[in-house]
Amino acid sequence: MLLQALVLGALVLAMVWLVANVQSNLERQNINSGFGFLSERAGFGINQTLIDYSEDSSFARVLTVGLLNTLLVSVLGIILATILGFALGVARLSSNWLVNKTAMVYVEIFRNVPLLLQIMFWYFGVLRNLPSPRQAVSLGDAVFLSNRGIVVPALEMTAAAWWYGAALAASGAIYVWLRRRARLSRLADGSLISIWRPFAMIALASLAFAAMMGGVPFSFDIPALKGFNFRGGITVIPEFVALLLALSLYTAAFIAEIVRAGIQSVSKGQREAASALGLPDNTALRLVVIPQALRVIIPPLTSQYLNLTKNSSLAVAIAYPDIVSVFAGTTLTQVGQAVEIIFITMMIYLTLSLLTSFAMNRYNARIALVGQKS
Amino acid sequence: MSSWTPTAPRPAPASTVGFVAWTRANLFANKLDTALTLLAFTLVVYVVEAIFGWAIIDASFTGDDRTACLKEVQGACWPFIEAKFGQFIYGRYPDAERWRVDLVFLSGLIGLIPMLMPNVGFKRANMIYLLGFYPIFAFIMLNGGMLGLATVDTTDWGGLLVTLVVAITGIVASLPLGILLALGRRSDLPIVRALCIGFIEIFRGVPLITVLFMASVMLPLFLPDGVNFDKLVRCLIGVALFSSAYMAEVVRGGLQAIPKGQYEAAAALGLGYWKTTRLIILPQALKLVIPGIVNTFIGLFKDTTLVLIVGLFDLLGIVQLHFTDASWATPETHITGYVFAGAVFWLFCFAMSRYSIFMENHLSTDRTSS
Repeated sequence: MLLQALVLGALVLAMVWLVANVQSNLERQNINSGFGFLSERAGFGINQTLIDYSEDSSFARVLTVGLLNTLLVSVLGIILATILGFALGVARLSSNWLVNKTAMVYVEIFRNVPLLLQIMFWYFGVLRNLPSPRQAVSLGDAVFLSNRGIVVPALEMTAAAWWYGAALAASGAIYVWLRRRARLSRLADGSLISIWRPFAMIALASLAFAAMMGGVPFSFDIPALKGFNFRGGITVIPEFVALLLALSLYTAAFIAEIVRAGIQSVSKGQREAASALGLPDNTALRLVVIPQALRVIIPPLTSQYLNLTKNSSLAVAIAYPDIVSVFAGTTLTQVGQAVEIIFITMMIYLTLSLLTSFAMNRYNARIALVGQKS
Repeated sequence: MSSWTPTAPRPAPASTVGFVAWTRANLFANKLDTALTLLAFTLVVYVVEAIFGWAIIDASFTGDDRTACLKEVQGACWPFIEAKFGQFIYGRYPDAERWRVDLVFLSGLIGLIPMLMPNVGFKRANMIYLLGFYPIFAFIMLNGGMLGLATVDTTDWGGLLVTLVVAITGIVASLPLGILLALGRRSDLPIVRALCIGFIEIFRGVPLITVLFMASVMLPLFLPDGVNFDKLVRCLIGVALFSSAYMAEVVRGGLQAIPKGQYEAAAALGLGYWKTTRLIILPQALKLVIPGIVNTFIGLFKDTTLVLIVGLFDLLGIVQLHFTDASWATPETHITGYVFAGAVFWLFCFAMSRYSIFMENHLSTDRTSS
């Protein structure tokens, strides 16, 4: 009790001392305090915005733009890293010696080199070294690689796209129904019904119907060189490409190891028991091995996703306009209110982390073994 | 009458032994396997050829400035690394004083190598040397200002020196801090526990870069007028706090794995909380989580590169800085520099991870035999 009171007392004293210091420092340096600056005019441009933004927008808008850019690169990075990581993890378990060792070399190289170095390598070493737009490397005269980024044709939907949307929705619904029927029959008398052939036929038929009714559902806006830069198409800025590439390649190496450990953790007996019950190999994998492996894979996978999101803050090194770069960087230098700005930035990351780990803990609790304390 | 002699056994069929059988089993087991092998083989040949061509065949090895690296087909520009090597290791540390850095590196190795070998004795004396004597010695040697050594300002430190100083300080500070936080998190005192949980979750929830921003921009605001730390020290504090939060979670894993009986047995022997923790619980718990601790060290080592964002010149920072040197501006300078820095970091991290695997095996045999 006494110890606790002492700790608490020391903490309160320290806080009072720190707050007093901050106040006197701010007064002396003539720095404003409070969050009023958020509604002021920002006055600087941002080279990638997912929502409307101009120099006249407020600092609050800057914050939103930065947050959206962070989320964009994180979500895409998570998807790419997961796909590549699972592929590498399975390759690490392959009985094929060459595939196995290739995956091992990849993992050992990419996870033992600092991420920041990898980001800079891709940005300053590779993408910035590409030729200028006039000498751009072109892939089929539709995609252009230059030091201004990657220009790809823009996909524009026509009215016919609705037919295709309806066709996809209908096939999706039929798939769900087929799966349900197959599951019920499996539970009822153990007979396995193949659902892929009827599903493929129905999906093809509905897409053919949509094509008959609507024709081609999209048109391309092909980029073309006009003067010193490209017109048309979508330009993906090199900062984004470098950051996305580095984040996914780096995190994939970690995910590969997690997946490998997860699959290895399922004992051989489980696979043998499944085959003794007469389950075909892929069914055994889907119904017996993967559900048990996931239980081991999910918790560390979650922390890798969180790491990727937090690591996207390294964007500041190559000036990709994420939240740290435009808010804790540019805004901080313009406004000078370090305390508020760093506080807001940290709170946003903290919220993202806590939300993700909360969601993942719920999922984890659902798939955990009954009776096992996690 | 001839006696019966058994015929010598025939050798195993060629298809089950030797190289051919090995390739059949491991590379061409079935159609899919063969396809995968061919695909992987093409990929490997392509990558190896590209790397070999770039790093050796098309590379320049000698020269004094950029003109050496402007061939028609130019690979790596190794003379750049050669010319800047001293800078990459010591930063702007004065030439005449570099022997001090060498001495610090050497005396560190002398303490570290026997420490890492499990069969060498005198661990306690070694520990005292590494944690008690060595930090003070290193500080005096590097910083100077006493014993007749000239003061070298920390703004002149750079390169691998700064990387190692940040990493080692982080490692040395984060372990005890992390242990204290982990103990606090499992403490029976609600206020201490709440504080530790708050600290750990906050630092684990934010990126290191914001912590470094906080250390470099906000920390001066928290201190009274006139009191100020060196920028390097501010970054060290940030890195140490950040990694101690991660270390705390690793140590907590070890603490949770200790059976309750150990606590009860210690209590039955009449040991108090601190004695139980120090003599019974921690030795077992730390041994269990050595791989996790080493992984945290590897992460910390890679994270030291982030200090370049707040304006310190670690190895990556100093390589980056020298790209601006106009006398070495070639299209290949960047890639050469990054490959060099990457190789150095890789060497350290890979060595640490191999060591962790070695320790894991070493310790696990101990436990299975008991």
